[in-house]
Amino acid sequence: MTTFIQDHLSDLWILATASLVAISCALVGVFLILRRQSLMGDAISHSVLLGIVLAFMLSGTRDLPVLLGGAVLIGLVTAWLSDSLHKVGNLQKDAGIGIVFTLFFAIGVILISLYAGQIDLDQECVLYGEIAFVPFDTIIWGDMENGIDLGPRAFWSIAIVFALVLASIWIAFGRLQTVSFHPSLAASLGINVLFWHYFLMTLVSLTTVASFDAVGAILVVALLVIPAASAYLLAKSLKNMLWLAALYAEVAVLTGYALAVWLDSSISASIAVCAGLLLFLTVVGLQIHKLRLQKRAVKTLA
Amino acid sequence: MKNTPLSPAPVAVRNLNMRYHHKPVLTDVSFEIPAGKTVAIVGPNGAGKSTLLKGMMGLLPLMEGEVRFFGEPLAQKRLVTAYVPQREEVDWDFPIDVMDVVLMGRHGQLRLWQRPSREDIAIAEQALKDLHMWEFRDRQISQLSGGQQQRVFLARALAQQASLYLMDEPFAGVDVATEKAIIELFKQLKAQGKTIVCVHHDLNTVGEYFDWILFVNARLVAAGPVKEVLTQENLHKTYGGRLSLLNELTEAMYRSRLNQAHEHD
Amino acid sequence: MQDFTLLNQPDVWELWLSFWRFEDINALWVLMGSLLLGMGAAVIGSFAFLRKRSLIGDALAHAALPGVMTAFLLFHSRDPWIMFSGALASSFIGFFIIDWLPKHTKIKPDAALAITLSFFFALGLMLLSYIQGLEVENKSGLDKILFGQAAAMTQDDIRLLAYVTVFILLVVTLFFHKFRLIAFNRLYAQSLGINIAFYELVLALLIVMAVVVGLQLVGVVLMAAVLLTPMAAARLWSDNLKTILLIAGLLGALSALISTQISYLAPAMPTGPWMVVSLAILFVASLLFAPQKGLLQRAWQQRRLRHKVAEENLLRTLYKLCERGDFHTRSFSLAEIQALRAMPVSRLQIHLQRLAKNGLVSHCPQGWCLTDAGFEQASLLTRRHRLWESYLNERADLTPEQIHLQAERIEHILTDEQSRQIEAELSSTQTDPHGQPIPAATAKSGDAR
Repeated sequence: MTTFIQDHLSDLWILATASLVAISCALVGVFLILRRQSLMGDAISHSVLLGIVLAFMLSGTRDLPVLLGGAVLIGLVTAWLSDSLHKVGNLQKDAGIGIVFTLFFAIGVILISLYAGQIDLDQECVLYGEIAFVPFDTIIWGDMENGIDLGPRAFWSIAIVFALVLASIWIAFGRLQTVSFHPSLAASLGINVLFWHYFLMTLVSLTTVASFDAVGAILVVALLVIPAASAYLLAKSLKNMLWLAALYAEVAVLTGYALAVWLDSSISASIAVCAGLLLFLTVVGLQIHKLRLQKRAVKTLA
Repeated sequence: MKNTPLSPAPVAVRNLNMRYHHKPVLTDVSFEIPAGKTVAIVGPNGAGKSTLLKGMMGLLPLMEGEVRFFGEPLAQKRLVTAYVPQREEVDWDFPIDVMDVVLMGRHGQLRLWQRPSREDIAIAEQALKDLHMWEFRDRQISQLSGGQQQRVFLARALAQQASLYLMDEPFAGVDVATEKAIIELFKQLKAQGKTIVCVHHDLNTVGEYFDWILFVNARLVAAGPVKEVLTQENLHKTYGGRLSLLNELTEAMYRSRLNQAHEHD
Repeated sequence: MQDFTLLNQPDVWELWLSFWRFEDINALWVLMGSLLLGMGAAVIGSFAFLRKRSLIGDALAHAALPGVMTAFLLFHSRDPWIMFSGALASSFIGFFIIDWLPKHTKIKPDAALAITLSFFFALGLMLLSYIQGLEVENKSGLDKILFGQAAAMTQDDIRLLAYVTVFILLVVTLFFHKFRLIAFNRLYAQSLGINIAFYELVLALLIVMAVVVGLQLVGVVLMAAVLLTPMAAARLWSDNLKTILLIAGLLGALSALISTQISYLAPAMPTGPWMVVSLAILFVASLLFAPQKGLLQRAWQQRRLRHKVAEENLLRTLYKLCERGDFHTRSFSLAEIQALRAMPVSRLQIHLQRLAKNGLVSHCPQGWCLTDAGFEQASLLTRRHRLWESYLNERADLTPEQIHLQAERIEHILTDEQSRQIEAELSSTQTDPHGQPIPAATAKSGDAR
């Protein structure tokens, strides 16, 4: 058994990291779907690239607090700026979003190409992430020679964010439920809707930046939106939806990993594809169910 | 009708002005509502009835004016003021069951991390029973009929145990059973000395269901007890169209942003 | 690193000059192609914007990716027409999914867009990574469609691009009136018996085509901006759709020009991001400087309005002072004026001086004095104010306390025409609700503002 674990240690790290990424994204995504802000999720995940690049250029490190700080800042700026464009520039909401995130993402890509040598980032990893290399970038406790290997850096980043997401949802479940269900009702109860909006945007930024190493800036959108949408189709309650989204995410990780091994394709892309296929199956299942019900109804009428 | 200083009116609105983009929706609306009455806000489509309610609840920005609840600003009186939004504004696909919606009425009283207590649950259960929705408590809201959905919303407001209820078209598109249930609820609340303000569009029932009427059409046309204000003249004034000049000039004012020019003066 | 040093080389100007001497035919082709695309995408994107589907281009561009990859897998060739057909097919599938999901499931339109976008992108990337693991020829350069690379375009690519954009512009010109009608008022268009479904399909097809030919140049990820941003900027400049489309096209072309230049000088630079950045700069410039709708212009107008309001209020105050003295005098001290209109002396002075410049007041021994012209204007303003108060009182049943603030504002925009209308509706134009007399309209009381 121990030899099995040792042989497959890096696979296990990859799976563990991918699972945490996918589940964190799915949990946050539930609220994006319910609050009809999927596109804001799309926008923030793109913008976060600029946050990472800037944080990296200004501080010269890839320490987690710096990255998280940069990403949260740029995420909130994205949300705020798109909203301001909508109000001041009299633009439709999604147009404002589109202008802001494409600009931020473009600047991020340009900076990466300009300083290609200095930044430990390239276009490849923006697109795919580098989940296959995750096990090799580890945190070592103590000195380099005989310190203790604590495991991959990416794993611990997402583990911390996962804990944050879980704790937030656990503590503020009631508020989040009310705010998502009916914002003006929540406001009439004296809940600060704007605060919770930016709170959720912060969670989205944190999750996307912690997922960046593993899945890049764009595939994370699939993980945010697709498992949560599948869960939305089936769920009876919010709690139920959160569990279902996490389940969909985990199944997507396992099947996606298998698919990637089989085809020798990108792991992160394959996971996202599997999440999409699961949604497809769910939709097909529901349609068949609907047709059956209709047929039965016709029969009973006849 | 006069309120002594000891018991300020449940709602007092002064000089309320609201707009949508540049269009004036409400101009200079002022009124006071007496305690323990059922009050209907009546007017034609687009007269600003729902807007008035939302403005009072702070859900839409006021250009100007002041709203006081029991003599105090809304922030101090949120918990005793229950709002029932229009049914169409809700995402009925939202994954939530009836009981959880009703429990939302208790959330204002709870702190961030608190879960509803046994007492909260008991209150919510009672509210469901009052509206004859007890057997539906575990249903997902998408599986309810229009009338049942409305009753769930009313139960939520009831669970809030407020003293003032603001309802946006509670009678719109509901079945007979629900209509009866709502009337019953009104009676029950009135007996407890609570005040109810409803946006209402059915002139046939307004005299029967309500004690007081506010006639609104972009401005306040008349306000008072049903017997006094439900007159041909007021109906004519309310439904006879807006004052075009008032409308036109107020719009021109918002467009030129004169109101802002003044604030800095 | 390489591109960075390239930009610093002294002969970069030489390179640039040689471009404009048209020595490099291929570069010229690229320029032509990208100008056309910038225009075409901006024009067709404008209609998507008007249909309130600004981000549809984003989703369709992402949806093209798996089509390109599948076409390559099937034919092992990078022939532009094959790539184009593959991309067109998969974009169209994406389009139908975006349409179908919200209609047949609980999924909302915004989520449908995000789902389609991210799923197709993932599928495309998965296929791309699979292809890169295969032993096939021609596979290098496939990944260039992610961020766009003008320099990597072949003559065939550009020819295709030119055909398609010209086609798009032609169809838009041909159907302009129909598209405009549908964009502004669908229901009305339907009531006229226009086959909306057909035209929407044409519009969708054109958007898909623009997106697909733009991939080489701009890339999948940022195509959305090329469709959307020019329109967002252009509509700040005009209210006429034709003018807006023209400006949008120009802005699109301008950004294409800038980005291809950069890509020419530093071939490893991705074109798409530069195009997006230059578009964003043009957008911000429009937002600030556009006449009428620009923020600066709006702030300036607001300032002028504020001055006008303050001065007109001052005139009315002076009239009131005259009224108090039974019109025996028109000269008042600063203190008297201040007593009626609370305002810091410094600001009062500024406003009085401005009025003096217009010949409405003048210095006099006691302080300030209304000139004849000033008195006339002051009584006109007072008349408007009081007429409006009477109107609100009589017609809108407002109490005298409620109406003052309203009247304060309206008096500044009331025209002669409207004053006459008010008079006609009023029973008496002698006194206002406060019991003050309404000054009579003088013969010369033209709109003196």
